[in-house]
Amino acid sequence: MSASTVGDPLVQVAAPARRSATRARWGAVLRTPVGAGAGLLLAAVLLLAVFAPILWSDEANAIDTDSALQGASAQHWAGTDALGRDIFYRVLVATRLSVELALAATLITVVIGLVLGTAPLLLGRRAGRLVTAGVNIAVAFPGLLLALFFAVIFGVGMTGAMLAIGFAGAPVFARLTQTLTAGVAQRDYVAAARIAGLGRFRILLRHVLPNVAEPLVVNATIGAGGALLAFAGLSFLGLGVQSPDYDWGRLLMEGLSGIYLHPEAALAPGVAIVVAGLAFNLFGEAVAKGIGLTTTLGRLPLGRRGHGAADDELPATDPSPEAGSDDAVLDVQDLTVTFPGADGPVRPVRGVTFTIRRGEAVGVVGESGSGKSLTALAVGRLIEEPGRVSAARLEFLGADLLTGSERAHRRLLGTSFAMVFQDPMTSFNPTRRIGRQLAEVAEEHQGMSRSEALARAVDRLRAVRVPAAERRARQYPHEFSGGMRQRAMIGMGLMGSPALIVADEPTTALDVTVQRQVLDLLEAIRREDDVALLLISHDVAVVREVCDRVLVMYAGRIVEDLPTSELGNARHPYTRALLATVPDMSVDLSRPLPVIPGRPVDPAAQPVGCAYAPRCPLASARCIEEDPELATDPTGRRVACWHAGEIAADEPGRAPVTAGEPA
Amino acid sequence: MTTATATRAAWLDDPWVRFGVRRGGRLLVSLWVLITASFLMIHLIPGDPVRAALGPTAPAALVAARRESLGLNDPLWVQYLHYLRGVFTGDLGTSMKSQLPVADVIGQRLPATLELALLSFGVALLLAVPIGATMGVLTRGGRRRGAELTFSSTSVVLGAIPEFLLGVAFVWLFAVQLGWFPVAGRSGPSSYVLPVLALALGPAAALARIMRVEMLTVLQADHVRTARAKRLPAAAVYFRHALPGALTAAITLGGLLLSALVAGTVLVENVFAWPGLGGTIVSSILDKDYPVVQGIVLVYGAGVLVVNLAVDVTLALLDPRSVIRES
Amino acid sequence: MSELRFEQVSVRYGTARTGLTAVDRVDLTVPDGAVVGLVGESGSGKSTLAKAAVGLAPVSGGRILLDGRPLPTSGPRPVQMVFQDPYSSLDPRMTIGDSIAEAVPRGTRRAERRAEVARLLELVELDPGRAGAYPAQLSGGQRQRVAVARALAARPQVVIADEITSALDVSIQGTVLNLVRRLQRELGTSMLFISHNLAVVRYVASEIAVMYLGRIVEHGPADRVLGDPQHPYTRDLLPALPDTPRPAADDPALAAVAAADPPDPHHPPAGCRYHPRCPIGPLVHSDRDVCLTTEPTTEHRHAAACHFAPPAPEPLPAPVRAPQEVS
Repeated sequence: MSASTVGDPLVQVAAPARRSATRARWGAVLRTPVGAGAGLLLAAVLLLAVFAPILWSDEANAIDTDSALQGASAQHWAGTDALGRDIFYRVLVATRLSVELALAATLITVVIGLVLGTAPLLLGRRAGRLVTAGVNIAVAFPGLLLALFFAVIFGVGMTGAMLAIGFAGAPVFARLTQTLTAGVAQRDYVAAARIAGLGRFRILLRHVLPNVAEPLVVNATIGAGGALLAFAGLSFLGLGVQSPDYDWGRLLMEGLSGIYLHPEAALAPGVAIVVAGLAFNLFGEAVAKGIGLTTTLGRLPLGRRGHGAADDELPATDPSPEAGSDDAVLDVQDLTVTFPGADGPVRPVRGVTFTIRRGEAVGVVGESGSGKSLTALAVGRLIEEPGRVSAARLEFLGADLLTGSERAHRRLLGTSFAMVFQDPMTSFNPTRRIGRQLAEVAEEHQGMSRSEALARAVDRLRAVRVPAAERRARQYPHEFSGGMRQRAMIGMGLMGSPALIVADEPTTALDVTVQRQVLDLLEAIRREDDVALLLISHDVAVVREVCDRVLVMYAGRIVEDLPTSELGNARHPYTRALLATVPDMSVDLSRPLPVIPGRPVDPAAQPVGCAYAPRCPLASARCIEEDPELATDPTGRRVACWHAGEIAADEPGRAPVTAGEPA
Repeated sequence: MTTATATRAAWLDDPWVRFGVRRGGRLLVSLWVLITASFLMIHLIPGDPVRAALGPTAPAALVAARRESLGLNDPLWVQYLHYLRGVFTGDLGTSMKSQLPVADVIGQRLPATLELALLSFGVALLLAVPIGATMGVLTRGGRRRGAELTFSSTSVVLGAIPEFLLGVAFVWLFAVQLGWFPVAGRSGPSSYVLPVLALALGPAAALARIMRVEMLTVLQADHVRTARAKRLPAAAVYFRHALPGALTAAITLGGLLLSALVAGTVLVENVFAWPGLGGTIVSSILDKDYPVVQGIVLVYGAGVLVVNLAVDVTLALLDPRSVIRES
Repeated sequence: MSELRFEQVSVRYGTARTGLTAVDRVDLTVPDGAVVGLVGESGSGKSTLAKAAVGLAPVSGGRILLDGRPLPTSGPRPVQMVFQDPYSSLDPRMTIGDSIAEAVPRGTRRAERRAEVARLLELVELDPGRAGAYPAQLSGGQRQRVAVARALAARPQVVIADEITSALDVSIQGTVLNLVRRLQRELGTSMLFISHNLAVVRYVASEIAVMYLGRIVEHGPADRVLGDPQHPYTRDLLPALPDTPRPAADDPALAAVAAADPPDPHHPPAGCRYHPRCPIGPLVHSDRDVCLTTEPTTEHRHAAACHFAPPAPEPLPAPVRAPQEVS
């Protein structure tokens, strides 16, 4: 029994959204070479199953003892068997029985598997757990073993083998059904249906089954391929189809004895088995891929332009006011990140320019689609293919990060550049101790020995106020609390002597009371060691607390650059609106909360002009046609707006909610 | 609370102990289910098993005598206890065809099957893990489309060919046509090559594919991004941080494949006339020699359970979180 | 009258030794027509309390009463819930019209049902013509509004909103919050509004209850709890005013308290649960041993569970009435 008789547990698929989209996706599957090929093959097999016996039964059964056991010839393409029957035609005609039996066995598997798999949802907790335990025990045994077991019970022969293979495949299918339905049953919409008073059975039919149908169908298809091969195996052993019936397995067994003299007798049915098995498997897998993958992985067309603003139409940004100064830690000009998309390249970050000086804390604020996180990753040279990073200038401590290999910059970045990511639980390696993970940096870049590096790690943990640092260093990440993990992450960045810490939403995953600890820590580090900080957050309050300067990003661009103290006098309408719509403790309770109409921009659909224009009360014709440049004013502030500084009568926060469909 | 009870309670709270207890419990329950299923096998068969074994022409007196000697006239639960006792003392009954003790039959044939199975395990792992992991690293992010396509198609085709077909193809090509290896039987080292390859290649191909997919997934994980942010050399990122995660997921699925391999020995042994349990079980089923079938099913089942246990323990050692999750 | 009352409600998961008491003897009343804000961080048990009210979590102690009667255990519930995640609270394969219609009480004819769906969509400021749209075509804010419509379709007496704005972009949280306020004003729905964000709660709620480690540690009218918090935890939750000197800079004891970790819900501290992090507790004032041994009572102002909060000056104020009295 080949490995593919094990129902592929990998085929678990995200639920698609619309019915027409589903049809479109299945259509797309057939357009890929693998999908089309497998589809054609499968269609051919099924057609043969239906028509071969009608067309060629006579040739297949024609006995001619004179030409028994001959090799391949012009009349008999695969030779003849012991009774002189043409093997080639027998192989063709055997398609029907082989396919029929395989499909019948699959049907049994699916029915039993569905019943056992959905039982835990329908029965109570106790009974459900019993069924699950039973299935788990049965799953441990491989299909062939179970098939042999059932073959003993159901008897040798066609029906017995069919029942045996059907039952044998059920545990794996049941397990898969269980896993999928349990996953769906945990979702909020099932809980909502329960609260609405729907019974268990109804929930199963209306909510659970439709959402697991696709991966189950795909697995059933692959399972049919497995059943086909299993049947061939059993018949090959003599336990399946018995004379005078014949399927491929039986033909293979009969041909095996003559393998010395005329191997075609064995190879012909062998090839048929492989081809049919492949047809089922490949088709199932192609469909799985087609409906499972939601992102495209195409390559960027070299040198070709796609939809959206072409590179030479991007308004060139002036170098930022601080660029070129001696104590610039990070100097970025015209940073752009490009990803391949379904309709052409997507630019979630376009033309970003800014500079950070020594000891300065700069915040980046924006909502979803603003490109702030990708900016941080791009600056840290952490964007991998298929994404591409391009910039007019990207310098860190004077070193040009655009030229030179990764190896050349490794030491510099490893010791002077620290990154803190949003989720400390997944950002640490869960299988290695914290101390070792910190020590790695020192061993690698500072040439320390293992014990020296470990000692430094403990020292750094102490510096970030992790209590009992020595004991903690020997623990695993899951033994730390969320706030402590994030502090340990910062500690890891402090193993060298960083000139810049880039923190991407460092407090978003933490509780409010713990957030403060982390922010205080960052502030303390800044003060003591004159470390620059680039803090990315969607929470303006967090940025306000820690940073000297704020960059406001929208749709991949910086729209305003101003000191934190000046936030009350922001000049870009988006900045003003953002500040007005976030509820804080002094919000006027007698009026509705201000709201920005419309939605944040999808990176794949960036408009030609100012991206904020559709939502902006000040938008004019010029705004829709021309994208404003980021202009610097004498005080060093930068704004990208044709109407910078103007205040609309109806902007959010100024009057009751603006007209137009709210988001 | 006295110190004695306090320490006992603390000991029970250790996740490793709880893991051991749970896993051991599961093993015992599975073993019990296996033994019971194998016992029930005969009794689930419609009709009279002894009559079926001896044939329709055997005299009724002989059938009755055989039934008595096999204890089939006792009440079911008596037979069950008898069977349990037999399993624990090593007495698995007597073959109806050859009158030899089943335990002896198994004892003779088991080593050959064990050798085949273990060698194939090893070859499959040695091939799949490095190739799959390397392919994962080489083809990440859509690089090297050509190599990915070649690898995918080869592994899909290899994985889709059942081991007995591979065996037949190997016999024809390498033994009959080229004469490099013996056609059948277990003689010297060269006789092991074809059966082991036939058994191992399919699972190896499937496992390599899984390994590659898992590697690709792990390479996208946050902690690998952290490792790259620490500017560790590529080797450290791949071996120290990515590979363990990919291995964990692959071992889980690999365990399933490898237990399927245990069963695959049945088919391969038939192709190569290998003197193992595979040939015996098939002939016993055809001859309706049920005591032998029972015994062999028990042995195969126990082997599979041991494989599963080994997989779980390996997983626990590789990823301490799974121990916690279990408890 | 639709008053929801929790009386000494406890929710416990797991076994006696390794279990977790998510909610520990909570007393809380949501008066008719009022919006009560329930504030707490992770591990506080606020979501568990909500789940207990809608039957998704087992109540292991105490009782939950609606208008003095226990909640029905079958059929559509009079307490409905709106969930946090807009992406998983709607079935992706059903149109939003169907999702809402599902919650409409049984026995209504199809035409009436359709009219009801249209009415509800208008109520939440969505175009009724979009009833045939699928959730994937809507934004997060729109999906939350559909979820509110679905909750209202069941004609509930109380609606529980569990962190309904936490997963939305800041600039569109306002739409959902405005909707909540408007619905409460127009329909007089009683609501339990759960959030970790005090500013958001302040905007919608007339009363605020603060939860910590499964207990309610402060409860009172919103303006009073926020203006004059009696429990140190509530004070800790309130955003610090700018220019407040950071206490951690000078006092090591306060620094230790500020750096203390959130508690493990599996092992709550003895005595007052907040004492390991309390700036006025035994870590800072070594004579305050009572915090280590005794759980505070609630006979203080705002029912604050703190030994050192001033005693309640008068009986708890009368429940807040809805602006429009229904006579």
